[in-house]
Order: sequence, then structure tokens, then C-alpha cells
Amino acid sequence: MTTGKIALLLVDAVGRHGQLQAVKSLSLSIAENEVVALIGANGAGKTTLMRMLAGLHPLAEGRLALFGNDVTALPAHDRVKAGIVLSPEGRRLFGDMTVRENLMIAAENGRRGDWTVATACDAFPQIVPLLDRPAGGLSGGQRQAVAIARALVANPSVLLLDEVSLGLSPAAVDGVYQSLAALRGRMTMVVVEQDLTRAMSFAERLICMAEGVLELDGNPAVLTREEITNAYFGIHKTTGASHA
Amino acid sequence: MLEALIQGILLGGYYAVLAAGLSLMFGVVRFINLAHGDMAVLGAMIALWFVQGVGLSVSLAIAVTLPAMAALGWLMQRLIFERALRGGFLIPILTTIGLGAALQNGMFGLFGSETKSLGAHIGGLSWASWELPGGIFLGQLPVYMFLTAIVVLGTLHLVLTRTAFGRAVRATATDADAAALCGIDARRVHRGAAAIAVALAGLAGIFLALRAQVTPFAGPMLLIFAFEAVVIGGIGSLRGTLLGGIALGVAQALGGLISPQFSILAGHVVFLTVLGWRMSQVAAADRGGWRSAYAALILKHKTAGGKR
Repeated sequence: MTTGKIALLLVDAVGRHGQLQAVKSLSLSIAENEVVALIGANGAGKTTLMRMLAGLHPLAEGRLALFGNDVTALPAHDRVKAGIVLSPEGRRLFGDMTVRENLMIAAENGRRGDWTVATACDAFPQIVPLLDRPAGGLSGGQRQAVAIARALVANPSVLLLDEVSLGLSPAAVDGVYQSLAALRGRMTMVVVEQDLTRAMSFAERLICMAEGVLELDGNPAVLTREEITNAYFGIHKTTGASHA
Repeated sequence: MLEALIQGILLGGYYAVLAAGLSLMFGVVRFINLAHGDMAVLGAMIALWFVQGVGLSVSLAIAVTLPAMAALGWLMQRLIFERALRGGFLIPILTTIGLGAALQNGMFGLFGSETKSLGAHIGGLSWASWELPGGIFLGQLPVYMFLTAIVVLGTLHLVLTRTAFGRAVRATATDADAAALCGIDARRVHRGAAAIAVALAGLAGIFLALRAQVTPFAGPMLLIFAFEAVVIGGIGSLRGTLLGGIALGVAQALGGLISPQFSILAGHVVFLTVLGWRMSQVAAADRGGWRSAYAALILKHKTAGGKR
């Protein structure tokens, strides 16, 4: 599936919220067209890491390269033009604008490419009847579909999706993952997912964060549930169950 | 009475143009430009200089002044406001108060303190009027200015709703981070908005110079009128700004019927009434309905009185 080229290379990246180090000297390399699921408990640093990749949160230390080009200094809107697009936690649609306008904004300001408002509507047929409705009045599943479509029309080479299934009904989650499955092989994807089963079935690589560091990084087909659970709660074999 | 009402409505177009720039800066850039009135006066002074100093015709002077004001707005956003915004909420206020003082005294130094007007350069248009049935005289200049205001605000509305730049402006105003994630450079949007805002201020200043006079120190009063129109009409809506400007103009015209001194006061009274009403709406929303809000207000006063 992957081509061997490195899409994202993060080296010794530190992300701070004031005194707190939310991401602690984290290094990560993601291959082109790889599908990565990022899991971890609340406060593990997942969202901060995603925001750092997207350029919304500064790297206090370290650097980030996209296909070999250093993008550490690029602000978020320039990273979009370089090919990194984040669909953020909470979707962040422009609520008083129509769905069509939401998509047009990303199409007009993002990269040029195969994805247009029309092709995004082909990939997400459920948003076609919503195009002229204000984005603020949509259901959770509809909002997520629009948010992903909005990220796509910016023509990303690396698509970052934060909290894909948070707040969605199981049926809506199924729909979103069906749409995402169609994107396999067309772009690199990093998906933050709370549902472990979903993450393991969808991704070809599972990364687990705890307290700002990578606890686990591997193939979900090979990893055991116990390994993942231990990593999720930050339990190390050496320290045993001293906290639990 | 009817004549005053019509004059008030026509005056409202001028106030709406004056207020639209302030509203745009606040709504999009989240920046309160306390030098907005002084920018309006500067626009008038530049146009006057083009007419009296360079010898251009009034329409040519306006055509040159407005792009110059837009460029000035872009530059000020780039060089001053962006930095001020990074300094928290107090710095923009102090910066623009200082900018206003600098503009006032700079214009005083360059152009002198005497009142100036473009009225002398537009010939008969300053007093020409149409007579409507019923013996009502309608000044041609106020009508032209009102129509210009409608066209300008209507065009701005179309730009904001129909163009890529307008969508970027609204997206940035709604959620700057989400806009950045769509590839929008907020600084470019803010500079564009500032250019439009200052050009609008310049146009309002030219309107004032056409229908009356300007002095270098007229800015703060214009700022107050702009704020009043924005508050009456509601922030972030051009239609609201137009209605707010008209409400202010009508209040001043009707107040002027009672006594000339009451004209501006009437505008302030309408502004304070609307402000009080808006604040009580907010208080009511916070406390679950206006009944409980007023009950809480009265009860608090009673207990305070009981303690005394």
C-alpha cells in the first residue's frame, strides 16, 4: 500500500501549553499513503500533536518535514498549501454559512488537484441535499461528513482527522469509515480514534500515546489487546501494576 | 415633521457608511479602531487638498482619495494594528487613541484649524433641491449621498456574500483557526478588511465635507456617531448598520425639530435606550427570562436597601 517515501517526519518535537509539556520530545515517521490510527487516553497529547502537525500549535523544539521539505516554520494556512490538512476536533464548520460555502472556502484557498466540490459530493453523496443549508443546523454525522469533505477539497497529501467518531451514532460512524476507506492509497491519513476496535480494523499502523510520549507503535494485526491496553494506560512491564 | 423624517433617513446613509468601517474592523479583525473618526476627517482633508491645493475636480479628488485611504488602511493594519493586536486587549485601545491624537494634531499642523468644506466646490448642488408634492423640499445632495451609501453598502454586501474574498472574510471572522485550516491567511484577510474600513471612513469624511464642514478635531465626535450607529444596528450586519445609521439620523433630525441643541442629544438618547435594551436582553438570557432578570434586579435593590 505504501510507496516507501516518507510523507511526514517529526523529529524530537516538543509541544507546550505554558509550563505543561503536552508532547514530549516525540519523533515519528509516516510513510506516503500509510493509514495511521492515533489512540490514547484523554490528555495523552493526541490533539496537541495533531495541531502541531497542522501548524496550529507551535513546535517549542524539534522539526517537521513533509516529503523531505522542512515545514516547521510554516503557519497553518501555508501547511494547507503544502498539503497537510487537519479536520479538527469538534469539526469547526462555519455554522452561519451554507455547506456549499464551507466547501468552496477550502477549495478556493487550498491546493489545486483532483478534489473539487463536485468530486467531494460524489464521494459523500449524503451531503448533496444539504449543500444550500446552513452548516450550523446539521446533525453530528452530517457535520462530520461535511468536515471531511471540506478537508478533501483542499487536496491534501496528508489528511489529519481528529476525533473521527466522537459524538456520532454507530450508523454514522459506519458511514464515515466507509467513505474514509475509499481514500486508502490516495493520501496519507492520520486518524485520532477513541474506539479501539474501529482503530484496529481501519488502520494498518496503530500508534498509542500516553502522557505526551509514544507508548506503542505497531501493526494492529500483530499487536495484542493486552499490549495496547497497557500502552493506553501507560502501564510499563517494568513498573508493573504499581499505580493500577 | 415629514420633511425632518426624510432628511433623517437621508442622513442615515452617511452614518451607515461611517459606521460600516468600524463594524467591519470589529467584526472581522476584532480590533476597535478609536481613530476611525480621525481617519474620516483625514479622508476629507486629503480630498480637500486635492481640490484646493492640486486643483482637481471634486469627483476626481474623491476617485483619488478613496484608493489612497484604502492603501493607508492596508499599511496601518500591516505596520501598526497587527502588532497592537498581539499585545492583548489594552494595547489596541491605547495605540488607536495615540494614533487619533497624532492624526488630529498632524492635520492641525498641515491644514490649519479653520473649518473647511467641499460645499463651495460643487456649485449649485449644495443647495439644489426638488420640490415634492405637499411643499416638501428634498435636497439633491443628500439624496445623491444616500444613494451612494446604498450602492456602496450593497456592493460591500455582495462582495462579502458572493466572492471568494468575502467568504474568506466571513470564515476568518467566525473561526480564525478553522479558516487557517482551510488555507486562509488571516493576515491578508485582515489587511483587506482594514483597507475597506479606512476607505469607508474616508468616504464618510468626504460626505461630511460635502454637506457641512470639517475641522481637524472633529474625529472623536464622528467616532461616537459611528459607535452609536453600530450599537443601534447590531455588530456584524451591514443591513443592521444601515438601519442603525438611519435610526440615528432620524433621531437627530426629529430631535432638531424640538430645538437645535436637542438634535445630537436625541441621537444619544436613542443609542442609550437601545444599549440598555440590549443589555437587559443579555441579562435576561443569562437568568432565564426577563421576568427573573428584573426580579433579581429589584430583589437585590430591596436587600441592599434593607441593610442600610
